[in-house]
Amino acid sequence: MTTIDSIRAGLLARKFSAGELAVQAIAHAQSENLKTNAFLAFSPERALLTALEVDKKIAQGEDPGALAGVPIAIKDVILTKGVRTTCASRLLERYIPPYDATAVARIEQAGGVIIGKTNCDEFAMGSSNENSAFGPVRNPVALDRVPGGSSGGSAAAVAQGSVVLALGSDTGGSIRQPASFCGVVGVTPTYGRVSRYGLTAFASSLDHIGPFSRSVRDSAMLLRVIAGRDEMDATSALAPVPDYTAALDGNIRGMNIGVPREYFEGLESETGDLVHQAIDVLKNLGANIRDIELPHTPYAIATYYVIATAEASSNLARYDGVRYTTRVPGETLTDMYRRTRGEGFGAECKRRIMLGTYVLSAGYYDAYYLKAQKVRAMIARDYAQAFESVDAIVAPVSPFPAFKLGEKVNDPVAMYLSDIFTITGDLAGVPCMSVPCGATRGGLPVGLQVISNHFNEAAMFRVADAYQRASNPQAASNSQQAIPQ
Amino acid sequence: MKITPEQVRHVAELANLALTDSEIERMSHDLDEILTHMDKLNELDTSNVEPMAQVLYAAPETATLRDDRERPPLGNAEALKNAPLAGAGYYKVPRVIDRG
Repeated sequence: MTTIDSIRAGLLARKFSAGELAVQAIAHAQSENLKTNAFLAFSPERALLTALEVDKKIAQGEDPGALAGVPIAIKDVILTKGVRTTCASRLLERYIPPYDATAVARIEQAGGVIIGKTNCDEFAMGSSNENSAFGPVRNPVALDRVPGGSSGGSAAAVAQGSVVLALGSDTGGSIRQPASFCGVVGVTPTYGRVSRYGLTAFASSLDHIGPFSRSVRDSAMLLRVIAGRDEMDATSALAPVPDYTAALDGNIRGMNIGVPREYFEGLESETGDLVHQAIDVLKNLGANIRDIELPHTPYAIATYYVIATAEASSNLARYDGVRYTTRVPGETLTDMYRRTRGEGFGAECKRRIMLGTYVLSAGYYDAYYLKAQKVRAMIARDYAQAFESVDAIVAPVSPFPAFKLGEKVNDPVAMYLSDIFTITGDLAGVPCMSVPCGATRGGLPVGLQVISNHFNEAAMFRVADAYQRASNPQAASNSQQAIPQ
Repeated sequence: MKITPEQVRHVAELANLALTDSEIERMSHDLDEILTHMDKLNELDTSNVEPMAQVLYAAPETATLRDDRERPPLGNAEALKNAPLAGAGYYKVPRVIDRG
């Protein structure tokens, strides 16, 4: 399997060059795109510039960086200077960002090669990637099924083998759910761990940038590169960023791992069985498995859809036809705003803007918005109490595996309810991730969710990596064998 | 009904969104369903709970302030590059003030 380590070894042994790898990755992604539509744009000039820089450093005997030559895809809600960034919206069809997101800049400083921008739900709003203005992404594992959302393109790009790493964003499960649907690793770090500078704002108190990869180790290595204080984002945390690979020794003996009973209600039986088998693996590795309670979980969806839509209605106000490329003319200024927004936004964005505007409007603020903020505090307290007695929590990621395209598109509440197990982590701001834990008899991947306390990503990676080593040694390997596609 | 089509029209005005009649109809139905689900929050007694607006961590009050030093701005031309309509270094919009 191609990993960060295997690419590094291959480059240093001169088996291939970063330039060759970049060309190969773009060609692979372009040909797969006819099937999956995972990419919205490619950035060959930018990829080759970085790759050639890596090759030059290697030729001169310099350190080529922690992500040297690794092909990476970036979700299209994350800004890339000079490379079109659409947020999968008609409104930003022609938008060329004048600056890079901090995470993007840090990846390139570390020698990572950005080959293109991935499809997603419009402005990251959706759970199936069907809300993209540029067509849905198809799940590479089963082309008649959704890849999950909103970071469906990033999950698919890794799953189809075009890139080793991808960046996604998670506001209410948008990294973990597509990771589980496509059978890859997806990580939502602690809120504030990764700078949001250059991430198009959806719900600012919930938005996270995080990695996708095949191995837990690769996500841990990518997180270390993009994490850490950034003065361009006042909410980015000051906490020091450790070398997460130090925690990846496979040893979880004596760790206390909680299993929240609320997360096993309403599950499809095959999904439940696979998650229980994964928990047995952790038990056999010597972890102490304990039943715990996160009692306010049943209130998470309602809480989330009040807070996230309220913040979204305010964040999306900026798309008014004045600054961002698309304008529908009108007689008056207000007319121009309304037409631009009415024609520019897709149905789901409009629904959320409307809901958010409603819950913030006079007479409803206390009943909905303030109430939801209080319930959010109760959900966060559930986690704080749980982490007094356990080091990590494990649960399913989604109640079911990837569903068919079109299956839930006409039922917004059913679509929202599919995020039931991923939303509490965002509300509490704790780090959480999805690691593949097998597939259904029909071949559809299922993810195990691993959650740890604020800034203790190391514990989460330790559990996920130990599980991956035990269940799928090939995926977890950091072998020095270089085998690019 | 938690929300009527008239209320939906009012909210669309607040949100500066032009919606068609069929969109209003669909929206009334969807919002009604979602708001009904949100009623679940009223099952909880939150009278002694402080609202949580943001994930907060313990840190000194000024810890997240950056140094006050000059840095080059984006620049006017660069900032206007994505404007649908620009002129004389500004964004241009339909006339707002009538000079008579």
